[in-house]
Amino acid sequence: MERRDFIKLTGAGVGGLILPITGNIVSAEQLLDRPMDVVMKKQLADIALNAAKSAGASYADARIGRYLNQFITTREKVVNNVVNTESAGIGIRVIANGTWGFASTSKITPESIAKTAKQAVAIAKANSKFQTEPVRLAPVKGVGEVSWKTPIVKNAFEIPIKEKADMLLNVNNAAMDTGASYITSVLFLVNEQKYFASTDGSYIDQDVHRLWAPFFASAVGKSGFKQRSSMGNPVGMGFEYLDGKKEDKVYVDGANIGYNNSYDMVEDARNAGKELQKKLTAKSVKPGKYDIVLDPAHLMLTIHESVGHPLELDRVLGYEANFAGTSFATLDKWKSKKFQYGSDIVNLFADKTQAYSLGHVGYDDEGVKTKEWDLVKNGVLVNYQATRDQVHMIDQNESHGCCYSQSWRDVQFQRMPNVSLKPNQKEDLSANDIIKGVEKGIYIAGRGSFSIDQQRYNFQFGGQLFFEIKDGKIVDQIEDVAYQSNTQDFWNSCAQLAGKSDYRVGGSFFDGKGQPPQVSAVSHGCPTTRFNNINVLNTKRKV
Amino acid sequence: MSIVTEKQAKKILTKVLAFSKADECECNLNGQLTGNIRYARNTVTTAGEVSDLTLAVQSTYGKKVGTATINEFDDASLEKVVRRAEELAKLAPDNPEQMPNLKPQKYGKMNTYFDATAKVTPEYRAKAADDGITPSTKNKLVASGFLTDSHTMSAIMNSNGLFAYNVATNVSFSATIRTKDGKGSGWVTRDYSDVSKMNTATASKIAIDKSIASVDAKELEPGKYTVILEPAASVGLLGRLVNSMGQRAADEGRSFLSYKAKENEKNPPKNKLGEKMFDERVNIYSDPHHPEVPTPSFAGDGAPVGRTDWIKGGKINTLRNTRYWADKTGAKYNPTATGGNQWIMSGGKDSLEDMIKDTRRGILVTRLWYIRQLDPQTLLYTGLTRDGTFYVENGKIKYPVKNFRFNESPIVMLNNIEALGKPVRINGNMVPPMKIRDFTFSSLSDAV
Repeated sequence: MERRDFIKLTGAGVGGLILPITGNIVSAEQLLDRPMDVVMKKQLADIALNAAKSAGASYADARIGRYLNQFITTREKVVNNVVNTESAGIGIRVIANGTWGFASTSKITPESIAKTAKQAVAIAKANSKFQTEPVRLAPVKGVGEVSWKTPIVKNAFEIPIKEKADMLLNVNNAAMDTGASYITSVLFLVNEQKYFASTDGSYIDQDVHRLWAPFFASAVGKSGFKQRSSMGNPVGMGFEYLDGKKEDKVYVDGANIGYNNSYDMVEDARNAGKELQKKLTAKSVKPGKYDIVLDPAHLMLTIHESVGHPLELDRVLGYEANFAGTSFATLDKWKSKKFQYGSDIVNLFADKTQAYSLGHVGYDDEGVKTKEWDLVKNGVLVNYQATRDQVHMIDQNESHGCCYSQSWRDVQFQRMPNVSLKPNQKEDLSANDIIKGVEKGIYIAGRGSFSIDQQRYNFQFGGQLFFEIKDGKIVDQIEDVAYQSNTQDFWNSCAQLAGKSDYRVGGSFFDGKGQPPQVSAVSHGCPTTRFNNINVLNTKRKV
Repeated sequence: MSIVTEKQAKKILTKVLAFSKADECECNLNGQLTGNIRYARNTVTTAGEVSDLTLAVQSTYGKKVGTATINEFDDASLEKVVRRAEELAKLAPDNPEQMPNLKPQKYGKMNTYFDATAKVTPEYRAKAADDGITPSTKNKLVASGFLTDSHTMSAIMNSNGLFAYNVATNVSFSATIRTKDGKGSGWVTRDYSDVSKMNTATASKIAIDKSIASVDAKELEPGKYTVILEPAASVGLLGRLVNSMGQRAADEGRSFLSYKAKENEKNPPKNKLGEKMFDERVNIYSDPHHPEVPTPSFAGDGAPVGRTDWIKGGKINTLRNTRYWADKTGAKYNPTATGGNQWIMSGGKDSLEDMIKDTRRGILVTRLWYIRQLDPQTLLYTGLTRDGTFYVENGKIKYPVKNFRFNESPIVMLNNIEALGKPVRINGNMVPPMKIRDFTFSSLSDAV
């Protein structure tokens, strides 16, 4: 991510939270303006498609987008900032001479759109000099005029700013009352109003909503300081996610509360304060081999890094070699149909259809209807994540529907769909049931530090909360834990899964990829899961 | 119209301020004209250009602040954005940390603009890609890379009469060249303010040579090793150290620079300012006027920024702060120049090659990857080596070695210095090649 795309949102000092923002800052009421009329959007999109075709394009698509964000940041008893942004424009992608071309403009007038379409064709033709193999698109049947909307209950943009700011200040008070010394809390709202049209005959109008409400608390003690961030998840939901319903809470005996499809942020902050005080005096982990039990709010990130990224086909093929890297999950391993990615209870699937998830949409950004498919079945690698121009490289003729662009301004490309671990199909075990079976282990909750190599073999993960397990019971909160493993070894050590009642969806709001970099939001579902005999390090160091 | 002249900027911003009815008003005008090309699998994959000009207006009533932006510049739009900022300010709660606008300031001459960079063409970018693609194809290698050039302007004016203006150019290039069998990988990066210093052909050759030389890497046991860190390898850890030198976090007890008071100590300091924490050869400073890494010499609020010594002779010399925190604690205001946290680490005269020659046993590291913090109290980080890791013995590169994961703190690193070489520009900073003893590698990685 380039520096100009970031804005510093908190008063947390140097090294504070820095987030990507695209668009212009606008007033709150402008966020509620009605989206552009669909009839108008169709007319403008047709101008783009016709101009591209007349200029020599064999295929064209146009995305007319209005992207709205609201960010509220607070620190202790102060509201630092309320930022509303809006960005609107059109991105036009074409194939000419068998080569992609792309151009975009914020000026949504017929003249500007036609000019931009011609520019996209000119870029495609110029780049075709370097093209070694022409683009091959998997067929997509035009769907005509359709629409899709995130099934939200409460539009978070419609909640008064004061109510949202007060909620965050309540969160801060709750954490400070129980033991936090400092806290920053934030509410991020995203609304993508996007209209897609292509020469295949699709006119797709989508209204996508996402929300994330994290906090970052710390406590200062005599011998140092400790940090604890929130256990809530970024979601494809409205403000109803913050209702904190009882039925969405998962209680792990002697440890934390997990949250499913709604989040009690004040309760989590209250617990964070107490846990921070325990962290200040908790004993340091003894390094060695342990059976580890990972809660879904933690395991989601391990799935993201060790399954989601290595199975992106563009990485496998080398398109990301200069930035994010390539992948150990090479085509020969997939072709063998015998590559044991994990133990036989490991079933990993991809989708953009799970309710409440960040990836949930009706159609991707190249007009492909979204679906679900298997990546790893009974432990064996069976598929990748691919777009229309990639699937022929893995002998398939139907796109997986995972093309995405962060805005109208940027070209769409392959992005990670939701990648999730199926729960135990035989028994509906709880997190407590999984812990009961562990003799010497560590239970890890929440996402912490994460690092993995450029081919996704060697990784090291921390967490938010760590608990020692002895003879099937959580006995103590401990500190300084990180586990280190190799992707294939790790997933083959997967020993037990909780059942569907324990399945929870977590996610990443700002996953970065590409040059120039783009962000996307993606979820990962999983149950509480046990992995045997994992190498645990102690991260405490004297300096 | 994305890059406006100083005269045009002054005219626009004067007009904006004339619309203001607030107690105070500050406006920022930022323009950018950027271009890029990306290639992979020995072919160009994407190329594009972006131009944009944005005006941000911040209006203040007492301690209430509102901000609005716009990218249209007719009179009606300019008045609209001022009214909108004022409306938001009236609705906002008091921000106790809001500081009054600065009075007019004086700035040194800024040498951040290079005409050649502003004139980079799509053809130049295509040639940069071809400089990697053609030799790689000939050598049966696979090239990927990215070049981006930018021409930017920034201007500030406030209702106290402060005005600052700057134009800057930058170009950055990186390439990863891999062998077809995936057993070797080499990487290179270059960035300059003046594109005439850029040679993408010689840079690409380095990545090509490293990719061939890194094939069939041998396994060494993880442990503590003497390492020669190329500037691109140490920039990530050192940058994180420099960016962690904030005064407020230190004063609040949440930083490696927080002072731990001894029992019964009277009036203990809040932070470690003045404490010697590193080898005395460690000197790190920022200087907007450095000829190799020039930046604008003003901060976002228009405060002038000159040379600032963060670490001097191994001692903590200056902590970064905001104007509010400086005012509250009676400290000097030490802002960051717009355009980023540029820093310069002093070194010696030796080149990387000289340092290799002087090494009996060690590991040469091209770059570190996926660096993440493990403990903010000790600045312990983890990450991995990537794209060219070699064993050095008796002054020569002997053979490639498999990549390692490291768990190490830059605080430890800067206490274990064997030698510092001649600094070169990396990511807008000046970084010397460094030889460090007892660098901790905790495990091996199969990644190439």
